[in-house]
Order: sequence, then structure tokens, then C-alpha cells
Amino acid sequence: MALPVHIEALDKAFSGIGVDEKSLISILTNSNEEHKRSLRKGSSKLFIEDENGFERWDQSSIKILKHQFNRFRDAVVLSLLHPWERDARLIEKAIRKGPKHYNVIVEVACTRSSDQLLGARKAYHSLFHHSIEEHLTHIKGRERKLLVALVSAYRYEGTGVNEDVAKSEAQILYEAINNGDKNKLLDHEDAIMILATRSKQHLQALYRHYSQSYGKTLAQDLEGEGILKDTVECLCTPQTYFTRVLEAAVKEDADEESKRALTRVIVTQKEQLVQEGFVPNKIQDILLGLYKDFLLASIASGDIK
Amino acid sequence: MATVSAPKQVSVKEDAEALRKACQGWGTDEKAIIAVLGRRNAAQRRQIRHVYEEIYQEDLIKRLESELSGHFEKAVYRWILDPPDRDAVLANVELKKSGNKHHVIVEISCTKNPEELLAIRRAYHARYKRSLEEEVAYHTKGDTRRLLVALVSAFRYYGEEINTTLAKSEAKKLHEAIKDKKFDNEDVIRILSTRSIAQLQATFNCYREQEGTSITKNLPKNSSDEYIAMLRMAVRCLKDPKKYFEKVLRRSIEGIGTDEDALTRVIVTRAEKDLKEIKELYHKRNNVPLDKAVDKETSGDYKDMLLTLLGNEV
Repeated sequence: MALPVHIEALDKAFSGIGVDEKSLISILTNSNEEHKRSLRKGSSKLFIEDENGFERWDQSSIKILKHQFNRFRDAVVLSLLHPWERDARLIEKAIRKGPKHYNVIVEVACTRSSDQLLGARKAYHSLFHHSIEEHLTHIKGRERKLLVALVSAYRYEGTGVNEDVAKSEAQILYEAINNGDKNKLLDHEDAIMILATRSKQHLQALYRHYSQSYGKTLAQDLEGEGILKDTVECLCTPQTYFTRVLEAAVKEDADEESKRALTRVIVTQKEQLVQEGFVPNKIQDILLGLYKDFLLASIASGDIK
Repeated sequence: MATVSAPKQVSVKEDAEALRKACQGWGTDEKAIIAVLGRRNAAQRRQIRHVYEEIYQEDLIKRLESELSGHFEKAVYRWILDPPDRDAVLANVELKKSGNKHHVIVEISCTKNPEELLAIRRAYHARYKRSLEEEVAYHTKGDTRRLLVALVSAFRYYGEEINTTLAKSEAKKLHEAIKDKKFDNEDVIRILSTRSIAQLQATFNCYREQEGTSITKNLPKNSSDEYIAMLRMAVRCLKDPKKYFEKVLRRSIEGIGTDEDALTRVIVTRAEKDLKEIKELYHKRNNVPLDKAVDKETSGDYKDMLLTLLGNEV
């Protein structure tokens, strides 16, 4: 007979992000057939009583388990891929999967350096025989303009900002948001141009002017505006963006996509996270197994010397 | 094919010395400058500049700028720069001009291959501390801006594969936009600025098959609407760059006076690429060789420089 503690342990092994491989080995390899039957009977999440008299594996939980077991694999692959191929594949997948995933396109386009984004565009040519811009034409929604513009950018990366222009462009954005039709923001030519062509330094100066002049941050004013807000955050306050994404991944009701962001952010932002002294307090409790080891080790070690 | 006759082996040290000698003392020996620079390819010119700086501790370009003047100076300055740097300069010069004619931007973005355009954007960063896209966006408005920024930001796929079904459907989309006179249609800009050159050529061919005339004939000529004029130019550049350049040359020479800027620009930017074929087109179209026309319409050192770049011994 399986003890309640074993049933609990089985559940726990699957109830985080990742899988507790060690625990599974110890539970299952020591179980005989009778033991396993009571494990199945006791685990209402994974098994249901079939009318033909056996405990059947619940369909939806198979899918979840598949995701759970794949996390370590995905982390390894993502970590090993050349960053250009990695980013090209992230973008292609996001385009294919639809509007809920467009933030990944924004994330890649806005948080990589100009040359890294360029590399991703080249890799995209090699992998998919089209340019990213061409594939973005599959998007019918109003986000397309912004996404094409962001992905085509080759921003200047030097210092030297014209503060007057930054201030006046802050005003242009303010007016677009507050005086215009908020629904038409994605069509606002000047706003798109500013966000998609100006250097990050310039935009960060613009962000400062905005807060100083209007008493609220540009990101606050774009609350609820989906990828526009993501764009501004990624360009001006990437730390805030990434922290938000990581915390969303470990929330109780997080969906699979949010959870996948964990792997993506930790693997792609590893250097920055280490540099900022990111402490994974909020996320480590929910991680399990090899996946947990991989992620935590990524941000603990920094570069292998 | 190139028209510039650059010998395979050169002594860049001797070249640097010859240039130094040409600039010393009273006056300048322009013929010597033309004889050296006019017969060197981009790699050689770069080495000459480098060696000159090493030996004489000064920038050859700055020296030449101070010694020369007029159209000749402009031609030499543009010629001596590295091609991507040169195009960045040409783009910047045009953006700073008042008025809305940005054909150089269209020309640069539509007649270069993706890697060349990229190199130009990098050169623009280095020289002007800004991106080409933001400058273009800043100096333009409305539909013109949307078109130009899209063209300049493109990093087209470089392969030869074409999708015929897609070409047919996009030819149709272009036709509908033109027919309804909705030239600012999103699809038009999207197609022209994102598709690969091979795919675009296929699309233009399908257009011709479907409509019986070429797409350029159906776009209004000499439109006063700046955007439509740019659009037509973009199509012409993408479709047949050599034909486009022949026309620019023809226009720069015919009629009263000569548009030296355009003449210099085409000769200098194509001399190492396909100026030979453009010359042949010119001869066919105008019954007179380009060299003869340049000889007639220009004079002095400027003329000698152009003729040398065209492959002549002066």
C-alpha cells in the first residue's frame, strides 16, 4: 500500500516548474505493482477511474507532463544555440503562434544590441529563406507596423543625445497618448518612428523628460497598451520588463507561455542578470529538478572562466 | 562591369608620394591626382590613404579638400571614400537639402544588395552618430516617410528562390492599388520594401503578363505628388537599376546646363560596378557614346576625372 506521504511526493514531483527527477526515481523504482496501483488511485490529478475498471491517465495531465519534462531540454538547447539562431527561432515561433506571443518579438528586437539583432535577421534568412519583415506580413493585426519597424531597426549605439529633441519627442508621445485616440496609437506614425528609429540612449533621455514634465512615467501612461508598453519598457527600462516577466512566470495561475518565459529570460539575459546581482528569491521555490539546477546555476556562475 | 582601369599591382607608397608631390608648392598638379586616384580600386585607395597618413601625418582627404575646388573637388572627395562611407555622405547631403526630393535615398536603398545597404547604415552611424533611419524619419513626413524608412531599413533575403503563386497574387495587389489610385496602400510599401529582389522581379514579370504593360508604365510619370514620384523611382530601381542609371545620366546631360551632382554621383558610384553596361545602354539609347557626351558637356579637371573613371586615358 502506498503511504499518503508517497502519494503526496508524487504529486509534488510534478507540481512546480520542471520535474523532481530524483524524487520520481526513488518513488517509482521502489514500487511494486500493488504500490503503484494505490499511487494511481490516490493521485486524482493524474489519473481518473475508467469505467472498465482501471485507473486511466488523464489526457490533459499528459500534456502538462510533456511540457514539464521538456523544460530542461529546452533550456539546454536554448543555451547552446548560437544567439543569432536562437533569436531567429524565437521570433519565427512567436509569429507563427499569434498575438499573445508578439511580446517575444518586441523583447528580442528591443533588448538585443544592434549587431545582435542584425545577426538574428541574417540567421533568419538562412533558416527560413525569407526575411523577418516578409514573415511579419502574415500578421493581419494593427501591431504589424510597429513590429516590422522594431525588427528593421539598426539603432545608433553611441552616446550623445540631443536633449531638446528628446524633450520635444516626449511631448509628441504625450500628446499622442493623452489627446489622441488611444486606440489609434499603433497607427500613430510619429510615435512609431520615434520608438523604432531613435537610439536607446535617446529614448532613455526621452523617458526621463516625460516623467519630469508630466509627473508619470511613459510606461505608466501606456498601461494596458500591450506591446506598446512592452516596447517602451524593453527599450528604456529593460530590468523592469524582465523582472515583471519572471514574476509572472511563477504566479499561481501562470499559463504555459508565461512559464516558458522563465527559460527564455534566464538563458538569454544570463549575463545581465548576473551583472545586476539578480537574486532568484521569488522564483527558486517553484522550480524543480534538473531544470532548477540548470537555471539557478546559470545565474549564479556567470561566465565559465 | 567596372570601367575603372586599376592595375592589379600598385605601389601604394609611390602613389602616396606622387599625391604628396602633386599637392606641394604653389598650385596643385590635378593631372597627377587624377592619374593616380582615377586608376585605383576601393581597396587600393584605402591603402593609399592609410600609407599617406602614416608617412605624412595628415589625412589625405583633408589635404585634397583644401587643395581642390568646385565640381572636381566634389568628384575626387566622393571617389576617394570607401563605397559605404560615400553613400552615407550622399544620403546625408541629400537629407540636409531643403525640399522634398529624396531620390538619392531611394536610389541607395533600392540599387544595393542587402549587405551593401547594411554597410552604408553602419558607415552612417560612424560618421553622423545617428542611424540613417532616424534621419530619414526626421526629415520626411507621411507616406513618403513610411516608404523611405521602410526601404532604408530593409534587410532583404538574398537568395534566388521565388514563389510564383505569391508573385502572381502580389502582382494583383499592386495592380489593384494602382488601378484604384490607392498608392499609399500598405501592401504596396510592404511588398516593395520586404520582398527579395528575385521575388520582386518575378512579381514585376507577373504584372506584365497579367496587365499587358510593365508596372512602371502604369505608375503616373512626372507626378507632382512627391510620394508617387518616389514610389515610381523605387519600382524602376528595383526592376532595372542599370536602365534607371542610364536615365539619370541622360537627364543630367541633356538640355541646357549639366546636373554635375547627378553626373558625378552615377559615375563615381557605378564605376567599379556596372558602368560599362550602363555606358552601352546609353550609347544604344542616345546614339552617342557617354564618353563623348561627357567630353562635350564638361570641362577642365572635372572632365578629365570623369573621363578617367569612364576608362579613358587623358
